[in-house]
Amino acid sequence: MNLRLTINGKEVAREVAAHHTLLEFLRDDVGLTGTKECCAEGECGACTVLLDGKAVNSCLVLAVETEGSAVTTIEGLEKDGQLDPLQQAFIDKGAVQCGFCIPGMILAAKYLLQENSNPTDAEIKQGLAGNLCRCAGYSRIIDAVREAGRAARQ
Amino acid sequence: MQPFAYFRPESRGEVFAALREFAPDVRILAGGTDLMVRLRSGRFRPNAVVDVKRVSGWSSQIVETEGVLRVGAGVTMTDLVSAPSVQQHFPALVEAASVVGSVQIRNRATLAGNICNASPAADTAPPLLVYGAVVNVASRAGERQIPLSEFFLGPGRTALAAGELVESIDLPIPVEAAGSAFQRITRRRGVDLATANLSCSVNRAGEVRMAFGAAAPIPLLVTGTAASLEEMTAQARPISDVRGGAAYRQAMLLVMARRALEVSLGRLRQ
Ligand SMILES: Cc1cc2nc3c(=O)[nH]c(=O)nc-3n(C[C@H](O)[C@H](O)[C@H](O)COP(=O)(O)OP(=O)(O)OC[C@H]3O[C@@H](n4cnc5c(N)ncnc54)[C@H](O)[C@@H]3O)c2cc1C
Ligand code: FES
Ligand code: FES
Repeated sequence: MNLRLTINGKEVAREVAAHHTLLEFLRDDVGLTGTKECCAEGECGACTVLLDGKAVNSCLVLAVETEGSAVTTIEGLEKDGQLDPLQQAFIDKGAVQCGFCIPGMILAAKYLLQENSNPTDAEIKQGLAGNLCRCAGYSRIIDAVREAGRAARQ
Repeated sequence: MQPFAYFRPESRGEVFAALREFAPDVRILAGGTDLMVRLRSGRFRPNAVVDVKRVSGWSSQIVETEGVLRVGAGVTMTDLVSAPSVQQHFPALVEAASVVGSVQIRNRATLAGNICNASPAADTAPPLLVYGAVVNVASRAGERQIPLSEFFLGPGRTALAAGELVESIDLPIPVEAAGSAFQRITRRRGVDLATANLSCSVNRAGEVRMAFGAAAPIPLLVTGTAASLEEMTAQARPISDVRGGAAYRQAMLLVMARRALEVSLGRLRQ
């Protein structure tokens, strides 16, 4: 099927099989491999992207469902060579170990801060409950999100 | 995933035509949080998938009409928990919808999909039963209403006939004062399916409506009084599975019933 959508601000038009997920489309057809596949059943959050501004598991969305939509992946956060403040906070706080879960974590955190610019630690944990970190670096991830929220409010 | 034909109809007529053409090998796609998992595992192998999200008139709205709150089939858990009208009248439903999966799941998962999937553990089923929800169904033949208490037939089985579509769910706005609450137990605090869940409401006369899930083949509605919680929960028929043993579930239902009643009584007094 023919699919047209906007990915990270750029219009994309491609053929895609109806049974391919948005995750497969992003990685295999568009070549944006920042979005990760792990469980492929909605449990781990590694595949999180923003779909029309909302955090979703791209493994649970068919690519063809996104016709006319806007998708943001980890590759779309940097602006003119400047990392997104969340990306910078993850580096500054040492929140990245192997890095596999981080694109999903950052997009889930992006959505969280967009909905609530001043989350409590409990709210950060809730917001990231659908993102598993196999390296278990949770406390630094929470530090990074708290810090990015603080920086954004200043 | 096995290949299938994908349809994205823009009118109800086209939905019914597609459901008819591909029956019985056709699946309706809403948020996909249940369907996609089953398509991938191969448990469902439909020839066609009908994505109903862009049907004109498909509603993601919650509107109040003639004493009922009508929740469109496009309403997600995220929409539901942030709606002031739902928060005001149906606190137990808000509590249930806010523990479904993760933020990412709740941004896609619809209330209608949660009941159409008919899992015995569906978290929104107990509060919807307690609040007397009615399911509005449409097909080529016309429209009909099914009380939610007659909607579930067994695990994964509903009263929907082939070619029928849920268009909205009606919640009667309570006329008499009542307090209500939701409880669930899970193996871990985050994203997990319920080992058991329960909702109840109580009025000034002490009459209790209670419903529980993951404790029988379908979510079960029972009635009684504040003094008969034991008899009410004894109507459960739990099984033993990976999430818990039957005896544990049975024992915990009474504990959850007491907790839910206490919260409900507190809300009734407010
Ligand atoms: C990681 C994860 C965690 C989860 N956690 C929970 C949880 O804690 N509690 C819980 O209750 N559920 C949970 N779920 C299950 C799921 O998210 C819910 O059941 C959800 O509400 C389903 O809605 P949907 O819109 O995604 O439905 P879909 O997946 O689109 O559809 C589900 C089923 O209903 C049918 N259907 C959907 N809409 C209609 C309609 N309008 N008319 C007729 N048939 C229809 C579909 O054909 C399909 O068979 C979880 C799922 C995942 C993947
Ligand atoms: S890969 Fe999508 S949630 Fe795990
Ligand atoms: S940093 Fe390794 S999985 Fe999270």
